[in-house]
Order: sequence, then structure tokens, then C-alpha cells
Amino acid sequence: MSANAAALELPVAARDAGRRPSMVRLTTVELRKMVDTRAGFWLQLTVVALTFIVVGATVIWGKPEDQTLAKMIGTALAPASILLPVVGILLVSSEWSQRTAPITFALVPQRLRVIAAKVAASVVLSLVAFALCLALAVAGTAIASPGIDGTWSLSAGLLGQDVFSLTTGVVTGVAFGAAFLSSAPAIVLSFVLPLGWAAIGSIHALEPAARWLDGTRSLAPLTEHLLSGTEWARAATTLALWMLLPLAIGTWRILRDEVA
Amino acid sequence: MIEAKGLTKRFGAATVVQDVSFRCEPGTVTGFLGPNGAGKTTTMRILCGLSRPDAGRAEVLGGPYAHLPNPGRRVGVLLDASAQHAGRRGREALAVSAQLMGVDQGRVDGLLDVVGLDRSAARKRVRQYSLGMRQRLGIAHALLGDPQVLILDEPANGLDPPGMRWMRGLLRDFADRGGTVLLSSHLLYEVDAIADELVIIGRGRIVAKGSRAQLLAGAGTLVRAPDRAALAAALERAGMPGRADAEGGLIVSAEPEDVGRAAQQGGVALSHLAPSGAAGLEQLFFDLTTGDDQ
Repeated sequence: MSANAAALELPVAARDAGRRPSMVRLTTVELRKMVDTRAGFWLQLTVVALTFIVVGATVIWGKPEDQTLAKMIGTALAPASILLPVVGILLVSSEWSQRTAPITFALVPQRLRVIAAKVAASVVLSLVAFALCLALAVAGTAIASPGIDGTWSLSAGLLGQDVFSLTTGVVTGVAFGAAFLSSAPAIVLSFVLPLGWAAIGSIHALEPAARWLDGTRSLAPLTEHLLSGTEWARAATTLALWMLLPLAIGTWRILRDEVA
Repeated sequence: MIEAKGLTKRFGAATVVQDVSFRCEPGTVTGFLGPNGAGKTTTMRILCGLSRPDAGRAEVLGGPYAHLPNPGRRVGVLLDASAQHAGRRGREALAVSAQLMGVDQGRVDGLLDVVGLDRSAARKRVRQYSLGMRQRLGIAHALLGDPQVLILDEPANGLDPPGMRWMRGLLRDFADRGGTVLLSSHLLYEVDAIADELVIIGRGRIVAKGSRAQLLAGAGTLVRAPDRAALAAALERAGMPGRADAEGGLIVSAEPEDVGRAAQQGGVALSHLAPSGAAGLEQLFFDLTTGDDQ
């Protein structure tokens, strides 16, 4: 009996009892969920390790023209841009695959707030990852000191496009996770669909459409040069198809889902 | 307080919950009894705002669950103990919810102690947990926000006998302090010893509800005689046919006095005559929840 009483007499601060958890707190919790599972932890650690490896390899074996800061940033961002979208996918889909969605929605019945927190958390993750990649790229360039013209020249606009590219990639992951509500198909299709799409787009007759809807054409320039107005329009169209549409479908599914 | 008012839920053509109404008062433990698939889980999910009813209303603490500003601080929910992220450590599963609802992390360790998950268990990933350990983790999770209401779906499932006794004591204390408890089970003996009120559901409908004493009173009389065939015939003549129970007796829906008189008129000697008690409740539960087959 005393042990039972202890459970019920454990002190608990009254603060927050009658208040909705803030969006900041929901976002912090979603960030925590990205790293507190075994899959999430190893995925993030892999990204960090791979970034060190690719930067290190470029410092040691790279040609001088690959060791400029601009090139180094592109290299450092590669692991994150490939793997962090998977973190975005799992952030949503694992709630269904691991059946934690009822726990989450019992604590936060406003499901739209949970979705918003997941998107916000994936943006924060992208920014943190970008900062880390940038720091590693600077360190790599300093160590390699290729000594060619423009080693340290950098366009703020291009940096902004790098951030935009990484962030939309991770949010696209969240969107795929939400649209499928299941980890395996979401991960596989997020890799396979764009490739298949690109293959279809290479058919000559479809080329005009592919320029607007195929990410390997319309989004790739984001990390290469400053986009023109038309190129921005193409990138935006592609993102509407690959990021906003799955996010809309996923949101609709989550709001109406009978969470089991 | 929990209140279900005329809840109905359909999945396609199947009606899984039909016109379910009941109330759970503060200070009481309500046992929600029914066989698997009777609609217990669906009803509880509607109560927690996870599923929308096609008709009726569900209220917790005077309003819809979803209107509670920080539900975890008012209502403790355990819907499926096996549903926890397998790759998360036990302690972390509680800590992340504690952070969400604004509960100090110290309470997490306190609760782990209380539910009997020691440090090494708390460090393990949930995939390594037995069902009993998951139930304990789930009960700790439900208590995390210091709630006034507990909604627990099959919490005794997977607990060993000492664990079940511990849980009974815990829920009794919780109710004695003014809390409201709704717990479901498909096994009568799991809730019989602890519930003040019983709500029995079969095939999506409430088939009986009331205090244990009320239900027992309606459970009839258990009567035995060395010559069972003669007893059955005498009861039949008196217009109060009995049902055979598992141990060779007959359960009759009538008062012991009337049963005794019928036996006397039939000239049958009795070896036992008493209110049917728990045996009758068992029979009642069985009859009520399987009776639709006929």
C-alpha cells in the first residue's frame, strides 16, 4: 500500500497543468524524438561521420579546384541531403509503424499542431545540419589551403539556396512520411519515384514537362548557381508536386485517420 | 468524471459500438467488461478523442476530451501497452511525454520506481520488454501527469499475479483519493475484485450495468440437489427453468425462497440453496455477452 501511495503522492509542479503546450515545446519534443530512438540516433551519427569522411577525403586527395570553400560546402552537404530526408520520413511514419500515434494524439488532440511541430523540427534540424556542414567545410578549406584564386569567395545568395535545398529536402521527407504513414514504402518510394520520374522525363517528347517537374533538373541548380526567375518558377513547381502535394495528402490522412 | 452518451460507431457496414451510454463517477472504479471484439477499445478510443463517433457524445471532466488544454495533466490514458516505440528506452518513453506535458523529469524516476522498473530495465529499449513490463511502463505513463481520471484498456493483460494485486491496490487508492477509473477487461475475475461499478458490453451494446451488488442480485439463485433431473423437472413445472452451471448445479432467475418452494412442491430434497454470487455473475457475463447467437 505504501508503494501505491508513493505513486500518487509524488510531487508534481502545478505549472502548465491548465495550459496548452506551446509550439516551441512541441517542436522541441519532435526534435528529441528524432534522436532518442535507435534508428534516429544512428542515422544522425552516420550523417555526421560521413560528412567528416567526405570533407577529410577531399582535403587529403582532392584536386585544388575541389578544395575551394564553395566546392567544399557542396561536398559537405551531400550526406545530409541524402540521409536527413529519411529522418524526416521516420519522424512521421514511425508514429504509425511503431504505433505511438495514439499516445501522441492523446497528449495533443490538435493533430494539425503536431504536424506543424514536425515540419518546424525538420527545418531546425536542417539549419543545425547546415551550420555543421559549413563549419566543417571552412575547416577543410583552411587545412587544404589550395592557394588558387577565389578559394574563399562565396556568394551569400548561393549559401541561401543551399539552405533552401537542404531544408525543402527534409520537409519533403516529412511529407512522404505523412502521405504513406508507413516507414518502408515511404523511404523506398522517396528514392525510387524521383529516379523513375527522371527516367520518364528523359523521353524526348516529355522533356518540356520534365524541366518543370523533375527535381533532378529543376532543383539541382539550387546548389550550383544563382537561379534565374524562370528557374525559380520551375523549382517552385517541382516542390509543389513533390513536397506540398504529399504534405497536403498526408495532412488530410492524419486529420481524418482513426488512430489505432 | 467520464460520460458516454449514446455512442455509436460504424466501420463500413459493421456497427461495432451501438448506443453505448454510461457514467463513471469520481471516487469509483468502473470495470468495462466484454469479450474481445465487443467494442471496448473502440469506446475507449472515442472517449479519448482518437476516434469520432457516428452518433452520440463522449465527455471527460465535463467536456470533450479534445477540449482539455493539456490532456495528459488531467487524464491518464493507456490504450495499448504493446504500442510503444520499440527502439526507445523505457525511461525515455516517459521522459519525452513528461517534457511535452510540462512535468518535472524527477517524477519520471519516481514513477519508474513505483511501477517496479529498476534502473537496468529503464535503460533497456522497449523491444526487450515483456508484455508485463510494457504494462508497467504504460501505467507509469498514464500516471505521469498526476491525472484525475484514468482510462486503461486491458491493463491487467500480461501482469503476473503479484503485479495484478499491486495494480488493484494502486487503482483502489487512486479512486479513494477522488479519482475516476475506467478499466476494461475480457476476464470477469480481473475486474470483479476491484470494480465498484460494472459495465458489461457484448457485440457493441451495453447488456448490463450497475454496482456489483446490483448485478449479483439479478444473477439469480444457485440450487443443487442429488437428483438433478427431478429438480430440473420441478423447476420447469413451477415456471422457473434453471440453467446448468459448470459444477452440476442449476442457476435460476428467481429468489431462493421461490426456488425452495418449487422444490418442496416437487418433492425434491436439496443439497444447496443460496444466492448465486460470483458463480452467477460469471454465468450472467457469459449469457449476456454470447446470448445474441440464438
